[in-house]
Amino acid sequence: MSILIDETTPIIVQGMTGDKGSFHTKEMVEYGSNVVGGVTPGKGGSTHQGLPVFNTVKDAVEATGATTTITFVAPAFCADAIMEAADAGIRLICSITDGIPAQDMMRVKRYLFRYPKDKRPMMVGPNCAGIISPGKAMLGIMPGHIYLQGKVGVISRSGTLGYEAASQMKELGIGITTSVGIGGDPINGSSFLDHLELFEADPETEAVLLIGEIGGPQEAEASEWIKENMSKPVVGFVAGLTAPKGRRMGHAGAIISAVGDSAAEKAEIMKACGLTVAPNPSEFGSTVAQVLSR
Amino acid sequence: MDVHEYQAKELLAQFGVPVPKGAVAFSPDQAVYAATELGGWNWAVKAQIHAGARGKAGGIKLCKTYHEVREAAANLLGKRLVTIQTGPEGKPVQRVYVEVAEPFERELYLGYVLDRKTERIRVIASKRGGMEIEEVARTEPEAILQVLVEPAVGLQAFQARQLAFQLGLNIKQVQRAVTTIMNAYRAFRDRDAIMLEINPLVVTKDDRVLALDAKMSFDDNALFRRHQVADMHDPSQQDPREAQAAEHNLNYIGLDGEIGCIVNGAGLAMATMDMIKHAGGSPANFLDVGGGASPERIATALKLVLSDQKVQAVLVNIFAGINRCDWVAKGVVQACQTVDVKVPLVVRLAGTNVEEGRKILAESGLKLITAETLAEAAEKAVAAYKQMQGSATATA
Repeated sequence: MSILIDETTPIIVQGMTGDKGSFHTKEMVEYGSNVVGGVTPGKGGSTHQGLPVFNTVKDAVEATGATTTITFVAPAFCADAIMEAADAGIRLICSITDGIPAQDMMRVKRYLFRYPKDKRPMMVGPNCAGIISPGKAMLGIMPGHIYLQGKVGVISRSGTLGYEAASQMKELGIGITTSVGIGGDPINGSSFLDHLELFEADPETEAVLLIGEIGGPQEAEASEWIKENMSKPVVGFVAGLTAPKGRRMGHAGAIISAVGDSAAEKAEIMKACGLTVAPNPSEFGSTVAQVLSR
Repeated sequence: MDVHEYQAKELLAQFGVPVPKGAVAFSPDQAVYAATELGGWNWAVKAQIHAGARGKAGGIKLCKTYHEVREAAANLLGKRLVTIQTGPEGKPVQRVYVEVAEPFERELYLGYVLDRKTERIRVIASKRGGMEIEEVARTEPEAILQVLVEPAVGLQAFQARQLAFQLGLNIKQVQRAVTTIMNAYRAFRDRDAIMLEINPLVVTKDDRVLALDAKMSFDDNALFRRHQVADMHDPSQQDPREAQAAEHNLNYIGLDGEIGCIVNGAGLAMATMDMIKHAGGSPANFLDVGGGASPERIATALKLVLSDQKVQAVLVNIFAGINRCDWVAKGVVQACQTVDVKVPLVVRLAGTNVEEGRKILAESGLKLITAETLAEAAEKAVAAYKQMQGSATATA
């Protein structure tokens, strides 16, 4: 089994008719994802790449039974698109969009938390590479061929560092159940913790690789949770050992600003909570292999 | 994005936050003129830089005569001011703010921050104004007062009142403090700020509250809808390399090492820097070229990294998802044809269209060092740098 998505998951693409939306819709369909339509306000009733286009998410859900969406909507309008998806009953919202204002995300989170837990959609991103369950489905922008199907769960804040890990693992013949990019923004839809819970419950996942970055409390929170609740081994890593304090390193979230925010401090917390920490970013694969062989 | 004190105060005043009368000046003459226009008998001449702790570093001068104002401005303008927050190279002072010095009774602290942990705006207040708030939090945590803002309804008057009473203000002062706390919150919210610090917020003898200093940072992602804020940008306060990179929409941060980095994705860029360090080198910069990098963009990035005189080797590390290795390879070749690359260039390509990319590099006839893995790339870059070092020492 995989988490979040598989080959049956019915997917719509918000912003499907734009350049990026078009390109990645094609890639996702080719990979085997069950894309059932798209949403572009004003283009409802037309077809794009052989798929039906709808004016609203509500129309799309009614017509196709979609449960999952991916947004390629411009940053200024993306918060609105996410809330529209939630309102239409979508269960999983993946937002690729980079550059959503932080206060917009604050309102999005508040909006999602109006729903009781069993009705609340899972949100992944924004500013992320998406989700892939190798061999089954891709809901994102990653190069699908670098992932091997297997038994390790991957959660990463960074997209490209997640690719790096996947290719190192493939090199050693280690496959992945699902890889989730939670995104590099200060306010994420979901955290490491949300996905750790799913991997812990997934019978096929035997170990988890968690790739963090400098800045924010997420890695420490996840480590504490692992210590208390996780029965499966977890390999951790935190990028940004050489990052200077107080500087934003590309991802809006990657800034060392408080005690416990630096890469070294987070790695220490991980070790103290029983994670196996990869010594450097070229040893994701070998560290996972070592943990699996125990 | 950071702004100057005078810009933050201008913005706060528009939202009804009381600030002392003041005017910005770019020359000693303008400073004197500002003082005459403002009136009064005492003025503060304050260096405008994007960093705090100016007072202790001599960046704020209290003046009693126009002559003193002229002297203070002349001494500050055109210099680099070094404070504990600027680093040893300091920040250039190109503007001073001349402000009517107001006598006050008490110094308080008022701050707002977009808090990642709670995903809400957090309002922080303290009786211990005029000091570093981090210091207060460490030595006297009970002196830090806080309220969290519920995003659906915004900051409520009762929350501001709660803070004001806890600050030990009298009823007249409380009313004014509540208005100020609410108005500063509106400025924070409506201009997409991520940090606002009024330190000190002073209480005068006649029960007024005044923002004596103001520091404000804004969400770069929201500048598209905050033109007034975007126009306040002052590139002189940035590292010149970073200012140049920003013009090309490249995400660049200058560091002190010798190995230049060009990477796609912030996480991989940080990991590449970490690998260079692990291999015994030191990165010269952080540079994320982003997704969808065209050959022109890669060429621009390479030129930018090479413009740093300290750089003795360059490592290009691209794991292509949206990017395509053939485009990256074309960019590298294009850049090498237009710029005289005197330092070794290590290129590692992986991901989409990797074979085509490697082929373009191999057929270019350029003297490139190629690598297949991250570890190999970092080791080769560090080795190449050390060889450069060795040959430089030999010729010297």
